This record gives sequence, C-alpha cells and structure tokens, in this order.
Amino acid sequence: MRIVLDENKCSSLGMCESVAPDFFEVGDDGALKLLNPTPPGGRRALMEEAVAACPTSALSIEE
Amino acid sequence: MSEGPVVVVGASLAGLRAVESARKTGYAGRLLLVGAEEHLPYDRPPLSKAFLDPGEDPAVPHHRTEEELRALDVELRLGVPATSLDTDAREIVLGGDEQLRYDRLVIATGARARQLPGEQLDGVHTLRTVEDARSIRRALDGGCRMVVVGGGFIGSEVASAARKRDVDVTILEAAPLPLVRAVGEQMAAACADLHARNGTELRCGVSVTGLEGEDCVEGVALSDGSILPADLVVVGIGADPVTDWLTDSGLQVEDGVVCDETLRAAPEVYAAGDVARWHNPLFGRMMRLEHWTSAAEQGAAAARNALAPAEATPYSTVPYFWSDWYSDKLQMVGITAADEVTVIGDLDDTRWLALYRQEDLLVGALALNMPGKIMKYRAMIGRGSAWQDALAFAGR
Ligand SMILES: Cc1cc2nc3c(=O)[nH]c(=O)nc-3n(C[C@H](O)[C@H](O)[C@H](O)COP(=O)(O)OP(=O)(O)OC[C@H]3O[C@@H](n4cnc5c(N)ncnc54)[C@H](O)[C@@H]3O)c2cc1C
Ligand code: SF4
Repeated sequence: MRIVLDENKCSSLGMCESVAPDFFEVGDDGALKLLNPTPPGGRRALMEEAVAACPTSALSIEE
Repeated sequence: MSEGPVVVVGASLAGLRAVESARKTGYAGRLLLVGAEEHLPYDRPPLSKAFLDPGEDPAVPHHRTEEELRALDVELRLGVPATSLDTDAREIVLGGDEQLRYDRLVIATGARARQLPGEQLDGVHTLRTVEDARSIRRALDGGCRMVVVGGGFIGSEVASAARKRDVDVTILEAAPLPLVRAVGEQMAAACADLHARNGTELRCGVSVTGLEGEDCVEGVALSDGSILPADLVVVGIGADPVTDWLTDSGLQVEDGVVCDETLRAAPEVYAAGDVARWHNPLFGRMMRLEHWTSAAEQGAAAARNALAPAEATPYSTVPYFWSDWYSDKLQMVGITAADEVTVIGDLDDTRWLALYRQEDLLVGALALNMPGKIMKYRAMIGRGSAWQDALAFAGR
C-alpha cells in the first residue's frame, strides 16, 4: 500500500499527524512530510483512520 | 448485532461519518440518512473561506458523491426534517406525518446560526448553509459596505474574505474583546490585533440596537446612538444546537443532547457532532464542541457504539479547531480554562505560540502560523504532559 498526498489540497492542518505521528509530520513551513509513504500492511487500519481524519481529503491510499 | 433499521438524523459531517462507520463495523441491515437540507452532505468550513473568494461561483463542497453513498447502501431521505422522537415506541416522525421505526438512532442535527432579534431585512445574513454562503458571495460580488456583527471565528473569516476583495468592513463586538471564551482572556487581544493589521475596523463594547432600512438593510443602529451605513450585514453571534424536534422525546436536553462518555443519550439513542453534549473523560467534564474534527470522530464513534453497546468505548479527545484569517492560520488545541498562559515568541510577529497551564499540566495551545508544532502539543495534552515538559519542548 502507498500513501498519496495531494499537495494542492493539503492545508497543513495536521490531523493525519495527530492520528499517526510515525507516518506524517507537518513541517514548520507547513509542508506535510510523508515519513513512510509505503506503510506495512499491518498498519492499514491506522492509515485509513489518518485518511479519514483529513478535513480536506488530501490523502488517499493506493494499492 | 442489530436487525435494524439504523436511522441517522442530520445529513452533514457527523451523520455521514455515522453511516460510513455503521457499514465499516459490518452492519448489513437497513440504514437511513435523514436530512433537512436538500443537499448531499457537504463541508461547512470552506463556506466562510475559499467559497467566498472572487471568481466563478464555486460548486457545493460535497463530501461524497451520490454514487459513493449508494455504494454504501444508504437510503437517503433528504429535504425532510425529523419533527419528533418517541423513544418508548422507538419511532421518529418525518416531515410531521411519516412514522419511521428505528432499532438504533444517531442524532446528528448539528447547530443553527443565531439570528438578531426582530424583523429580517434583505442584505442581512447568517452563515451556516451553502445558500447563506451564496447570498454573501453575491453581495460581495456586487460591491458593498459591509458590517459583521460578532467578532467570533466565522465573523472574522468573513471579514477576511471581504478584505481579499478590498471591501471595507467593520466588525462589531458587544464584549470588551472578541473570542474570550474560545481562546481565553489573555490571547483574545492578540487575535483581535490581526484585524487591525489587515485593515479591518473592530469596534468592541458596542451592541446592535436595530437595523435601519425598509426592505433592504441600509444601516446598523448601535448602542452608542450612532448609525453605521451598510448594505451587507453578516451576523456571526454563535450557533445553537438543533434540539427543538426533541422537546417531547424524554431525552435530557441542556444546550445540546446530554450524553454519557460513550455518546449514549438513552437506550439505543446516541448523539454526535455540534448537537451533542457529552462527558469527555480526558478532561473529566461535560463539553459540547462545534469543531470539524470532533463532529467527524463522534459520528463514527456514536454509530459504532450504537451497534455494539456492550463493547461501547468512551469518546475522549483533545479539542482542535483551526481558522483562516487573512493570510494567517490560527490553530487551537485543548482548553482555555487556565491558571497561566505563557507566550513563546513575540505577539507582534507573524507567528507565535501560547501555552495554557492548569495546575502543573499543559491543557491548551494556540498557535499563529505554526502548523509544524501544534499537533505535537496536542499529543502532549492527550498524554497528560507536565507543564515543565511542554516549556522544555518549546525551548524555555
Ligand atoms: C461557516 C462555517 C465555518 C466553519 N469553519 C470551521 C473551521 O475552520 N474549523 C473547524 O474545526 N470547524 C469549523 N466549522 C464547524 C464545523 O463545520 C461543524 O462543527 C460541523 O459542521 C458539525 O457537523 P455536524 O454534522 O455535527 O452538524 P451540522 O454540520 O450543523 O449539520 C447538521 C445537519 O442536520 C440537519 N438537520 C437539522 N435538524 C434536522 C432535523 N430535525 N431533521 C433532519 N435533519 C436536520 C441540518 O440541516 C444539517 O444539514 C465551521 C462551521 C461553519 C458554519
Ligand atoms: S490532515 Fe490533510 S490537510 Fe492536514 S496535514 Fe494531513 S494531509 Fe494535510
């Protein structure tokens, strides 16, 4: 699975970081860093939660 | 598991997340989403932000397409309000005459904008729905003299949108400072200062005594005797939970539907979002939030708990909201009832951070243009971090 970020939609609100700080981090400049864009399969539920938490639907999961 | 039907009343963020969560838990029975608005669930935060930008008329910011909802096998009942609830019979009434039985009910009827008392004139708007936002857009497009009543978040965002179009705007605030409840006494002045920096006049300590004009608004009469000319008035004086349809339901309603920590209001009845007042175990107190994040999370949690009450889990959260003012981003996490507020940085600067202490704990943080830090403080508050640790993290 791969995490895909639509940078045009992301508004640096950081909800994904709040859900999964090991995978997402908003930098001081507001840019979101994907710390691990290909999370192991065992973390799917957490990744789905992070995707759902984004208020701007900027994140998605690709197989 | 429930035989159904599961009925969700209120087809906005919390209601949408409730039906999605019901399916996610494996519930395969009948599932209904009832909404007073004609629209599919749509997102409200953009309405006071990008939706008001100059240019083409924007589309309704729907959360999901109709196909996506059909794929969840949700029966949509849009454009009909629920008008009453009978918890003994486990029945709601739709549109005054259609009875609908439920096995589990999630109440997600949100909040509605408070109006100024008295007659409604053209040119006077609150901002809660996409229709409201369209009316305000149109007025801004036409060029206008604008007055915003109420210096809260929505009023401030609308003022920001007006300034983007070079429309002159005055914000009226009845209290000595706006936003005191939202960010606390100490930080309210720093937030208010953002208006001055961006050329918006903020007048505090004046209240509106009436509106001038025959059919269309022409001015706003103030408690100091003066009249402010205006052809667009946006009223942002808060919102009230939508509970009028619950009057005879037997549910406890006190500024929201009163719920326990699992969002349960009565057997088989749960509430979520702006309408819910629940016990937040993390802070050991009753809260009703009007924030996007908690509405989404509560919607999901309420449906999950409704379907499996024996395994119901408490919903606890560190409150979080954001607001876009001019080109600035304000973010607040936690609570503002504090013994002390420490500012990191310079309040005259374009970025700063304020930390809120209660006893020896970090309980809140407010940041201007520091998106990289705020979620770290949110995590610290959630863990019950000591004040000293928060200061050390901030480099103090
Ligand atoms: C202009 C604006 C800007 C905002 N900006 C931000 C922001 O920047 N950050 C943030 O965190 N939050 C923001 N919010 C708050 C956020 O949008 C709300 O917290 C969220 O919409 C709450 O969702 P909800 O589903 O609980 O209620 P609502 O969105 O209020 O939806 C309730 C729905 O229930 C329907 N309904 C009501 N009564 C009935 C009935 N009897 N029968 C059937 N349906 C009924 C209503 O018509 C409505 O569609 C903003 C809100 C507004 C209005
Ligand atoms: S939650 Fe969404 S908007 Fe916020 S930082 Fe993550 S991807 Fe960006």
